[in-house]
Amino acid sequence: MLKLLKWLAVPLASFATVAIAADVTGAGATFPAPIYAKWADGYQKATGNKINYQSIGSGGGIKQITAKTVDFGASDMPLKPEDLEKQGLMQFPTVIGGVVPVMNLPEVKPGQMKLTGAVLADIYLGKIVKWNDKAIADLNPGLTLPAHDIGVVRRADGSGTTFIFSNYLSKVSAEWKQKVGEGTAVQWPVGLGGKGNEGVAAFVQRLPGSIGYVEYAYAKQNKMTYAMLQNAAGHFVEPGDTTFKAAAVGADWSKSAFYEILTDEPGKDAWPITGATFILMQKVQDKPAQGSEVLKFFDWSYKNGGKMADDLDYVALPDALIKLIHTSWSQIKDASGNAVWTAK
Amino acid sequence: MTQRIRPTRHQFGDWLFANLTRFFAMLTLVMLMGIIVSLIYGAWPAIDRFGLGFLTSGEWNPPQDRFGSLIPVYGTLITSFVALAIAVPVSFGIALFLTELAPPWLRRPLGTAIELLAAIPSIVYGMWGLLVFAPIFSQYVQPALAATLGKVPLLGELFRGPPLGIGILSASVILAIMIIPFIASVMRDVFEVTPDMLKESAYGVGATTWEVVWHVVWPYTKIGVVGGIMLGLGRALGETMAVTFLIGNMNVFTGFSLFLPGNSIASALANEFAEAESPIYTASLIELGLILFLITFVVLSLSKLLLMRLTTQEGTRT
Repeated sequence: MLKLLKWLAVPLASFATVAIAADVTGAGATFPAPIYAKWADGYQKATGNKINYQSIGSGGGIKQITAKTVDFGASDMPLKPEDLEKQGLMQFPTVIGGVVPVMNLPEVKPGQMKLTGAVLADIYLGKIVKWNDKAIADLNPGLTLPAHDIGVVRRADGSGTTFIFSNYLSKVSAEWKQKVGEGTAVQWPVGLGGKGNEGVAAFVQRLPGSIGYVEYAYAKQNKMTYAMLQNAAGHFVEPGDTTFKAAAVGADWSKSAFYEILTDEPGKDAWPITGATFILMQKVQDKPAQGSEVLKFFDWSYKNGGKMADDLDYVALPDALIKLIHTSWSQIKDASGNAVWTAK
Repeated sequence: MTQRIRPTRHQFGDWLFANLTRFFAMLTLVMLMGIIVSLIYGAWPAIDRFGLGFLTSGEWNPPQDRFGSLIPVYGTLITSFVALAIAVPVSFGIALFLTELAPPWLRRPLGTAIELLAAIPSIVYGMWGLLVFAPIFSQYVQPALAATLGKVPLLGELFRGPPLGIGILSASVILAIMIIPFIASVMRDVFEVTPDMLKESAYGVGATTWEVVWHVVWPYTKIGVVGGIMLGLGRALGETMAVTFLIGNMNVFTGFSLFLPGNSIASALANEFAEAESPIYTASLIELGLILFLITFVVLSLSKLLLMRLTTQEGTRT
């Protein structure tokens, strides 16, 4: 029965995934899509070569690169080394971003409220339900907190943002880890789900007393009230380029195939909910020319794209990490075992 | 007819035309089968792993790969039926006004305006619902409902909880607004086909407008009316974007109150499909799609059955 189904379904399914040849194509995460588009535009102006990127979501990106229908995939969630091995893939990070807790409390100005990971986890577990809860009041002796209910807002769609956020909560709260866990979508104990960063932002802006989490760029551009967070070193830090970069510098990238999630990093300035976004490539390239073109594009972007990343509120990678990435590219080979990327 | 009079060349044309139309008709059948087969094939890992438990489990836990369809199925059915409960009486009123009561100069513009509502894309309803409707709803309508209907025993359970403006009731009201034009325009069209002679005879023997509608128009048109309602229900069951914006997308059952957030099948699919990375997660989402397909199929079959019963009864009544 199943065999018959497979025989019938495969031709139908494959209609959806016919890729366009010649130009380099990539697909995946929506979070880095704006910067990839900007880099692709700059790259085309500089070299005349075209890069097509379809932001279909990280899950889709992983599926497409595994099926070899695209030249590169993109994911906000790094794959575990064993999964990479199984699929014959390799990965490397491109830019860093941060996730920030935002809220709607007219009494509180941006950056005034201090929160810890444990308190944030308890809010999202539904254990802290009022803004004047002792746990919050103790952290903010200078603030007058309303006796208002906390309206918890989170993402409804699966997203890399949720992955980074839930990964952080799992690291700082044993109860969260055991009850909810981490993933691009989780079983939220409480709260309203908004679709996309804009959905969460809209809910938070409209519901007095609510709290949500969004990409940093989103909080900044919408001038939302964000909170300071206590990092692993015990310091309260503000979200921003420097604290995101501090998290990336603190991580040890040299091991485990870039499987690094930058949450709760030890650095004293590190923003605790930081994450990189990743590119996935086949280790054995059926079309080496395409593979080499992908690497040329990202090489160009690392060299020339830092300013563009800043403009869009992403953070460029530290130089030492870029060196490591260049070394890692030697794993990508053509069918006869020659490296596709020849170091310059 | 023409075939007999002018043979040969035209016969070939007819033959070609007949086969072409048959091909198109068959094509839809093949597409339908293809979709069913693809859905079953895609959902197979989930069907295999969860079995019937998928239908009875209220858990939707992606990190631990445990999935059940109870919450989205409940959300889909409850939003659709609440939407119908609002839309049917309103549509009936609209259709009645347009055919029986409105002055002739008003009928056409008003009718067109209502049909135009059907042309608004659902994403616009969703955004309007989230940005405009939800704040008004939470500030004025929900507290009023809680203070009145919320006090009624049993029924009051449906109107308890914090008035957030986002939840099952808000999604249902938006759905109702979206399906009213469909139901109302079908009702109006069938009301219009009631022969004037029948109505005038009834008026002639002294019937009131209400009596004419209830005893003449309704029996004459009930098949069409039920058809229109089913058309609206079909749309409500599958509606995605507007519901996604307003239902709150909560995959945990928190109570029977309509003020609470929930989830619907179409909304869960739209939200989670792109980022579902584990195979069993994707398969579970596809199984949800299959269930929605079956629900729609059952609803349509039931309505056909209902229509058949209505038609057979027709002859026995005098």
